[in-house]
Amino acid sequence: MHEVLSLNEAMLNEAAMTRSSRPMLSTATHLSTVALEKFYRKGPLKIPVLRGVEISVRKGEFLSIVGQSGSGKSTLLHVMGLLDSPSVGEVLLDGDRIDDLPQQTRDEIRNRVFGFVFQFYHLLPELNVLENVLTPLMIRHSFLSYWRRRNEFREQACEILEKVGLTHRLKHKPSELSGGEMQRAAIARALVAKPEVLLADEPTGNLDAGTGQEIMGLMRSLNEDEGLTIVMVTHDEQLARSAHRMVRLNEGRLEILTGAA
Amino acid sequence: MYKLLLCQRYLRTRFIALASIISVMLGVATMIVVNSVMSGFGTEMRNRIHAILADVVVETISLDGAPDPDRWTRVILGAGGDDISAMAATVEVYGMMTFEYRGQSVTKPVTLIGIQPETKASVFPDGSSFPDSLDSYTAIRKQGKLIRPPLRGKEVPPGWELTAEAIAYRRNMVERQRIFMEQRQYEQEFERRESKELDDETPFEASDAVAKSKSRATGADPFANRTVNESENAKSPEFGAHDPVMAEVDQAAPQTARIIPGAGLIEFLYEDRETGEKKTMRMQQPGDDVMISTVKAGRPEPCRFHATIVDVLKTGMSENDSSLVFCNLEELQRARGMIDPESGIGAITSIQIKLKNYERSAEIVKRLEAALPPGLFSVRTWEQKQGPLLAAVEIEKAILNVLLFLIIAVAGFGILAIFYMIVVEKTRDIGILKALGASSRGVMTIFLSYGLALGIVGSGVGVVLGLLFVHYINEIEAGLTWVTGRKIFDETIYYFPKIPTDVSVLMVVTVALAAMGIAVLASVLPARRASKLHPVEALRYE
Repeated sequence: MHEVLSLNEAMLNEAAMTRSSRPMLSTATHLSTVALEKFYRKGPLKIPVLRGVEISVRKGEFLSIVGQSGSGKSTLLHVMGLLDSPSVGEVLLDGDRIDDLPQQTRDEIRNRVFGFVFQFYHLLPELNVLENVLTPLMIRHSFLSYWRRRNEFREQACEILEKVGLTHRLKHKPSELSGGEMQRAAIARALVAKPEVLLADEPTGNLDAGTGQEIMGLMRSLNEDEGLTIVMVTHDEQLARSAHRMVRLNEGRLEILTGAA
Repeated sequence: MYKLLLCQRYLRTRFIALASIISVMLGVATMIVVNSVMSGFGTEMRNRIHAILADVVVETISLDGAPDPDRWTRVILGAGGDDISAMAATVEVYGMMTFEYRGQSVTKPVTLIGIQPETKASVFPDGSSFPDSLDSYTAIRKQGKLIRPPLRGKEVPPGWELTAEAIAYRRNMVERQRIFMEQRQYEQEFERRESKELDDETPFEASDAVAKSKSRATGADPFANRTVNESENAKSPEFGAHDPVMAEVDQAAPQTARIIPGAGLIEFLYEDRETGEKKTMRMQQPGDDVMISTVKAGRPEPCRFHATIVDVLKTGMSENDSSLVFCNLEELQRARGMIDPESGIGAITSIQIKLKNYERSAEIVKRLEAALPPGLFSVRTWEQKQGPLLAAVEIEKAILNVLLFLIIAVAGFGILAIFYMIVVEKTRDIGILKALGASSRGVMTIFLSYGLALGIVGSGVGVVLGLLFVHYINEIEAGLTWVTGRKIFDETIYYFPKIPTDVSVLMVVTVALAAMGIAVLASVLPARRASKLHPVEALRYE
């Protein structure tokens, strides 16, 4: 357990070090899957969702995955983000397998490496915007170390909220926000922990076209300005085209569509 | 950190959960109130039993007693040494008390205790005193109003003297008796004269019955007619004036034998038919004479003597008050033939001992048992003497506690159900937290600490409520009495002016901790369920 943990930490440190010095679109594979299969069991029946998906995302790449409902694109995203585990196959982060790590390490990787954005925003209704954004940091740090650095974290969160344009909504509850504002708050939450990969599951699915464009613009600028690796799942090919690369998932199998837009 | 934050937010926003802990709160409050009142009553009862029994009692096995009490007190002093603070030699024997009430003689079985008031007063345990349990030293109050001030001041040591009221009562009674007797004598005289006249007339008018009856109807009043009948019964023993007990009352001086009977022996409670109020009726007053019968020492021959009531014993223990009769030691010894004709020293049946430090009683009992000849004496502490009663009270309290604790346990199931509901409601939030990297243990901690927080709130409010209730219990009782119009706590039954309470810090802390424990235990299952939720499924949950 300890070994794995320390190994993981070393890996994280290495990743952090390489990130600052790498070019905008390196050729190094950041996140990849190998022969990924996922099926659900329903009694004696095996319902396949992913059938041998091989995908790799380079550092700083903006990849979009399109597909119809039920094509398994959300499941792929969940497996890549360690929210779910594959039935067969591997998930690799910087060349190291991460899907078979112990639960505790996977929780930690999820907290430090990945940032999630969901279609339904998934903000905690009891907390205000600032508290929602701070949640990943609260989860990462113990009570004492959080308490000691609370002002630093607060500033960090305010900075990010400023970036997404929500400074005027700090003390508002999610129920008092519009859809676009909620999604921006969710993006701020995903970014506050300084993740390496942003996993977005239909981030514009619940928004009108204008607001959707706004969110897309925000994500693109994050990708371009900060070199954030983004994997976005959507069924809107129009939006998907604004990514560097687009892949299509059809009945659990991958069809490479285009290069960069 | 997020655990505490969320826990605090859930506490503030989910009022349904607060409703679930009302039962915890009520359970805690009830347990505190019931325990406080019960141990208040229990302490009061123990004090009262203790007061009458003294710390340690050395009793002879035989009712005949042991002669030469000085020798045994020396033995006890030798064995007990410095631990003994005071001793009182007494004679305890069963007997009967007989008195006249409404023309019938009432006989009650009693436990006679021959005492010397001075020595008996010296063995009363700390915090209580002989005068406290005597009627003449205490004021009588009813619903806070003073009805009768104490008849004797605290500075007067308890003894066999009658109070001024009792002497006045006795003189008045004797006076009435005398007038009655004179009247009777006069009537008898009159009736004798009249019957003489009748006898004289008989030879002349015996044949003329009609004329005789006529003359009686007109010449003599009906009262005279009745005395004729009564004169025939004059010798029958049921008539008060000729009873040997009453015959003694001719002089106002009290008997040499004096007694202090328990209140329950000479009083009874009754309900006033008009007002529904409970009242006590005294059958005998201090100053009245009663007859005491008991058995002699040695051969069990009956013996009896007349005694004057000087005071009334009110220990507050109905068992004691309806059986104990204190009597002067020498008179009881004389009546029972316990006085050695040569030396003039009376035998005794028990020695009551007061210890300096009651905590050492067990050890002292052992020392006394070793020093006294076996088979002649038994040595017991007051607790051992009243063992079964005290044990019964303890068991009663334990059972009540178990039952009340079950209330809190039931409340636990309420928490369990509501927590399950909250976990289901919060399924998506749990998924979000897990997606953000929260561990299963972290999610579990949220719900466990939520349960603990509810437990703390519930038992905290319960403790405050319970303590307030105990503190204002007499005011609450007065309020309830006013609302219902019936006396909830009847001081004439318990002799307490107020409801006694005794709050034990240990009990309050234990109850509060147990309630918190139950709340945490009840949240274990829902918390486990929450922690086991699969993040993807939880996120998908609508």
